[in-house]
Amino acid sequence: MSFLSVVIVNNFVFTKFLGTCPYLGVSGRIDTAFGMGLAVTFVTALSGILTWLVDAYILVPLGLTITRYICYIIIIAGAVQLVEMYVKKFFPPLYKSFGIFLPLISTNCVILGICLFINIWGTNNLLEVAVLSTGAGIGFTVAICIMAAIRENMAMIDIPESLKGAPITLITAGLLTLAFMGFTGMIR
Amino acid sequence: MADGNAAKIDYFGALTAGLWRENPTFRLLIGMCPPLAVTTAVKPALTMGLSVIFVLVCSNVVISLMRNLLKPHLRIIMFCLSIATFVTICDLYLRAFAPAMSEILGAYVPLIIVNCIIIFRAEACASKNNVWVSFLDGIGSGTGFTIALCILAGIREILASGKFCDYQVMPHGFVPWAAMQMPVGAFVLMGLLLGLASLITAKKD
Repeated sequence: MSFLSVVIVNNFVFTKFLGTCPYLGVSGRIDTAFGMGLAVTFVTALSGILTWLVDAYILVPLGLTITRYICYIIIIAGAVQLVEMYVKKFFPPLYKSFGIFLPLISTNCVILGICLFINIWGTNNLLEVAVLSTGAGIGFTVAICIMAAIRENMAMIDIPESLKGAPITLITAGLLTLAFMGFTGMIR
Repeated sequence: MADGNAAKIDYFGALTAGLWRENPTFRLLIGMCPPLAVTTAVKPALTMGLSVIFVLVCSNVVISLMRNLLKPHLRIIMFCLSIATFVTICDLYLRAFAPAMSEILGAYVPLIIVNCIIIFRAEACASKNNVWVSFLDGIGSGTGFTIALCILAGIREILASGKFCDYQVMPHGFVPWAAMQMPVGAFVLMGLLLGLASLITAKKD
């Protein structure tokens, strides 16, 4: 249930405004959007679990919570590095098509955001953490693919000159948010 | 140590670039997460803007001081670590001295760490220029960002509740635009403002 909650009802892009920068940049075509979403899902799943483990078993017992943000960043950078090496080794064409995006994911708001929100929500079992972090990544993928599909079609219509590009994307995102609000109350 | 025949460094340009010409929110389109998230009212927006100025200036200075020691492939992680330190300081300060604001801003203060503006300015400016230029650039971009936040927050707050900084501005018969409180209002308003900004730039050229 928390999976559906995080993917649809509390979607990280639409309700928490995270991941807006790559959202605006990458959502031009469905295949790049899907690839980006997949990479983000891997990294969120991995970092969500790792950061929670480090926080619960190292930082809190040793009273080092003041270094929390620094540790999170190190773990996320490490997770991105891992995913990058894995993709480079086993899926070279996919790696080529990512280009600059993969290292840039480490500064993506969604990843640090989900780690922080898991911490704020006080989740206290590993399975729920895993579900929440994978779900957040999948929610981002869903959001970015919907956006890419809409943008592919928008390329063929008449948009005023000053609204082309980011402005119309943001307005469309706003209407999508409205649509997703219809899901509230779906999960008690 | 004289600068010899080096080109005259444009300090004033570094300061004013961030205000309009390279305004992070309206021109460069980076750091878009906070403008959408914290602009429901002017006070949180102002707090966020001031925090970003603090972190941006401090991290620009520190990164500029260590720019000659950075290995290329370790850049991003070193930027992130220095930024994380200053954000931790900022977060603790807010929690201690402005707990109400800290509650409202919630997780968005630590999210300043991955705010694209700071990393972008570190990459584009601080890692290549001396301390003074980086310092002024930090102030300029931070102020530009804060102004953008306040414009957005001002419009949203006035339309959503008729108040500006808790001071009643609209007449009592005004029906509040609830949509401005919700994510919809944020996205659509941001889109329209960006459209306006590109219209203004197009007219200037």
